[in-house]
Amino acid sequence: MSITYKKIRQIVGPLVFLKNKHDVHYGEIVKIRTEGQENRIGQVIRIDEEIIVIEVFEETKGISSDNSEIIFTGEPFKLKISNDMLGGVFNSLGQPIDIHTKKLLDSEIFTEIEQDITGIPINPFARQYPSNVIQTGISVIDGLFTLIRGQKLPIFSGQGMPHNKLAAQIVTQAKVLSEEPFLIIFCGIGIIQDDVIFFIEKFQKSGNIHNIISFINFADDPVIERLIIPNVALTTAEYFAFKKEMHVLVVLDDMTNYAEALRELSSAKEEIPSRKGYPGYLYSNFASIYERTGIIKGKKGSITQIPILTMPNDDISHPIPDTTGYITEGQLVLNRNLEKKGIYPPMEVLASISRLMKDAIGEKNTREDHADISSQLLASYSNALEVRDLISVVGEDSLNLEQKILLKFGNDFENKFLKQRFDENRDFSKTFSIAWEVLGNIPKNQLYRIHQEFIDKYYPKQV
Amino acid sequence: MVNSKENSIRGYISGINGSLINVKGIENHARLYDLIKISNHNILGEVIQIYNNHLVAQCYESTMNLKLKEEVISLNEPLSMELAPGLLAHVFDGIQRPLENTFLRFKDGKLNRGIEYDPLSREKKWHFVPQKKLNEKIDSGDIIGTVQETSIIEHKILAPPNAHGTLSYIAEEGEFTIIDEIYRLKYDGKERSFCMLQKWPVNKKRPFKKRISPTEPLLTGIRAIDLMFPIAKGGTIAIPGGFGTGKTVIQECIAMYCNADIIIYVGCGEPGNEVAHVLEQFSKNVDYKHKKPLIERVVLITNTSNMPVSAREASLFSGVTIAEYYRDMGYNVAVLADSTSRWAESLREISSLLEEMPAEEAFPAYLPSKISSFYERAGVVETLGKSFSNIERKGSLTIIGTISPPAGNFNEPVIASTKRVVQGILALDPRLAYLKHYPAIDWLNSYSNYPEYILKWWKERDVKLIGIDLDWYECRNQVNEILSKENDFKQFTQLIGEDELLETQKLELFIAKLIRNSFLIQNAYSEIDKFTDYKKLLVLIKLILLIYKEGKELLKKGYIFTENRSNEVIKNVLKINNSIPNEEFDQIEKLKTKFLTDSLKILFPDKKKR
Repeated sequence: MSITYKKIRQIVGPLVFLKNKHDVHYGEIVKIRTEGQENRIGQVIRIDEEIIVIEVFEETKGISSDNSEIIFTGEPFKLKISNDMLGGVFNSLGQPIDIHTKKLLDSEIFTEIEQDITGIPINPFARQYPSNVIQTGISVIDGLFTLIRGQKLPIFSGQGMPHNKLAAQIVTQAKVLSEEPFLIIFCGIGIIQDDVIFFIEKFQKSGNIHNIISFINFADDPVIERLIIPNVALTTAEYFAFKKEMHVLVVLDDMTNYAEALRELSSAKEEIPSRKGYPGYLYSNFASIYERTGIIKGKKGSITQIPILTMPNDDISHPIPDTTGYITEGQLVLNRNLEKKGIYPPMEVLASISRLMKDAIGEKNTREDHADISSQLLASYSNALEVRDLISVVGEDSLNLEQKILLKFGNDFENKFLKQRFDENRDFSKTFSIAWEVLGNIPKNQLYRIHQEFIDKYYPKQV
Repeated sequence: MVNSKENSIRGYISGINGSLINVKGIENHARLYDLIKISNHNILGEVIQIYNNHLVAQCYESTMNLKLKEEVISLNEPLSMELAPGLLAHVFDGIQRPLENTFLRFKDGKLNRGIEYDPLSREKKWHFVPQKKLNEKIDSGDIIGTVQETSIIEHKILAPPNAHGTLSYIAEEGEFTIIDEIYRLKYDGKERSFCMLQKWPVNKKRPFKKRISPTEPLLTGIRAIDLMFPIAKGGTIAIPGGFGTGKTVIQECIAMYCNADIIIYVGCGEPGNEVAHVLEQFSKNVDYKHKKPLIERVVLITNTSNMPVSAREASLFSGVTIAEYYRDMGYNVAVLADSTSRWAESLREISSLLEEMPAEEAFPAYLPSKISSFYERAGVVETLGKSFSNIERKGSLTIIGTISPPAGNFNEPVIASTKRVVQGILALDPRLAYLKHYPAIDWLNSYSNYPEYILKWWKERDVKLIGIDLDWYECRNQVNEILSKENDFKQFTQLIGEDELLETQKLELFIAKLIRNSFLIQNAYSEIDKFTDYKKLLVLIKLILLIYKEGKELLKKGYIFTENRSNEVIKNVLKINNSIPNEEFDQIEKLKTKFLTDSLKILFPDKKKR
């Protein structure tokens, strides 16, 4: 039985206060009907004997104390999920939309299951430690920072850097090496319409669209919706991963918008801020999203996450990247200087790491020399960067032979291994062969991080 | 969590705000920190504030979908741990719910709300061996009998802290569950029955006879710690480090190789996959002393980052309570808490919901006192219970906590408050981690107050190396001196260039480099190098200091120090690290003469006067 209220006591930002007159459920969903406007949705976030506080997901504009009806549904927010969603584009409430007009589509989709969107934590004992790879077709990721099924590996970017391009490339190219079913969920949080059109068109052209589900919250959509859309996307992911046994990759773009929405709501609730105005529960709140990743013992599917976030002022110690880095298993950092040099993807390899990679790569999943190659490339590239610094002091002429070799290696590494076309899909063996080609600059006896047997087997023959 | 439903006092929910609920009707009965239960949903909570017309409780689980007026009962007891055989080799959440059983029941792998499970199995039978006879006088802390809990740990059934009297019944050797009666005590004409199971509130220290100073090191197998910044059994150490500096790896290594008898690993607010990794490591790897799976000496308490914060807050104290119980049996127990920052954040979250006045960085003003109340539960103690042949039973509780400072900035409230109560800091340096220097322990900013406590222990176990007459403590001082000199030299060589240094200073710089790159650095992936026994440690450091000593002699004789091929010396020491197993440390002694001659030839090829 739904109960209707007709009188609002107070409206502050996204919060609506009512006088408590019935037994309301904590967390239940309410519908708000305002004369001459579309219906809105909200959620009960606080109750006591006097008042009920409702957080409105959409804008509160146009609501007055007596022009609206508030209908209590008695239920938490439930998402309708089914196989029909494959290939579709949805808004934060899980309704199909047209991205060009932002209008709701009429098409009624079939509902297989209705699922509460708040995630129930996974029992730590039930977690299977991830040990299998996903191929992204991007050399620097596959070769040096391999993405593992069940991992959460964020991309730390900055305004104006090509993270959207990279995200699109990952979404269209990513695959698991076995024949198991693979699904990608793209979740746009507060992204501009041009970017949305770019993404969706790119997905359509890839021929892979039927393995992609998109959830979009546009930049001009109500801020509060940004707080539910990741949970909507992840609830869908959990259904396909654990009920349909698929490997699901979720791309969340951009978590900075999410965090800012959280700050806005927190400030409307008059909570005490901690760092840079973000609420003290930023870590737990991020965790409630990032932790909806992983593999459960006895189930075939998995959820992998790539959250993308733009670091305000490229500051990696800002609360958003900092908090994220403590929860995720590594990070991929983009570098503005490389981008200016025209290198795509502009990955700052020395600041990036994939922490789950060491247990998953090697003969069984990729190739036996993978660990050695990645360790050698990182070590030599770090030496090459030191040589570059040296040049700015002493000039190129005074370098010794070893340093000149490193310099050449560094340039080759950036231009052949790192640099890749936006539409270029390299499989693991292609990535490894480029890696060896680049390592061929360095004499065999200086590849001290690679086992001799691999040098004998793979070191390029000199002409 | 047993409760007597008949005489429990009932109230109802009068408000809900996040994980906090207001309750009316029991405010005049419930005591602060008593447990309450929301009956319909089986959700537990803890009373944290009492007002004249209501009280505030924090719930250990999600409050979603609760309603006002729902019934709340007071359980009349604070959060307590169940203590009995069955703790070791098991995984619990912050309020001791058994995660393994939960998974066996809920195959979807989710932690559904309101699961009521006994923390310890009531069905499993344990082989009890009595140690006391009928009519013996029993005091609290006496060992009534023993149970082989895992293949390496014997569980001692202790008379609980408030029990004493004459033994009027004791079970014979045989199989019992933890709730079967095994003995009765008669005191003042009254008879009390006891089973193996006892309970203890987490916020209360378990009693002991007296506290004594630590005298033994907790050896970790990590050279940088055991030589430079030692931990004592019964001591407190904190490990601060930004993300990616390897805190968890160091904690895992300590858990796997340290010489404590029992490890209580508290995964507090950390990511789930990390916990899965720890669990896998403990089950897969063997204890190097007993050659049994490590998990047999471990109790794992885990409240991952997305599990309810109130239970996260409880988890540290739950862990330390279980640790005290094993300490009372006379074991050396180590509590590893990863990470105390997440725990402090749970305090902050709850404090913010309570709308308390915030102190620094929005943490509550009582953060320092909460931190001290945790670390102060460490220590070496003479336990309760009768002594055997006049030797008191001693047990120790060591606490090692990690700290994850925001943005890697060490100037923050959790580190500041922790530094005031711990005796040592192992500061992790991101630059070292970046250079793949493992362990990334910053030798300039770390410290330990324990060397003086444990130097006698080391002196008694000194391993001699002919040619160098230094013990552990003296080696340590010399290493410290060399490393701090290196730091001083660094500043002025940047101004005047290395060529201007004296010959002895050049040698000192090289020795510092040798210590850093061959002794302090360790290879966590090498079967041999990941753990260094104290004997091998002594021989290794003496070997390095011997080069220093002989080198100084050669300088006096007019030889010139040459750096060209000095890297070969570093490589040779690394080779010794990686190839000579701990048990064969005496091999190093045999290599000594050749190694020394070779090294000195490389470092001092010519005798020329300038």
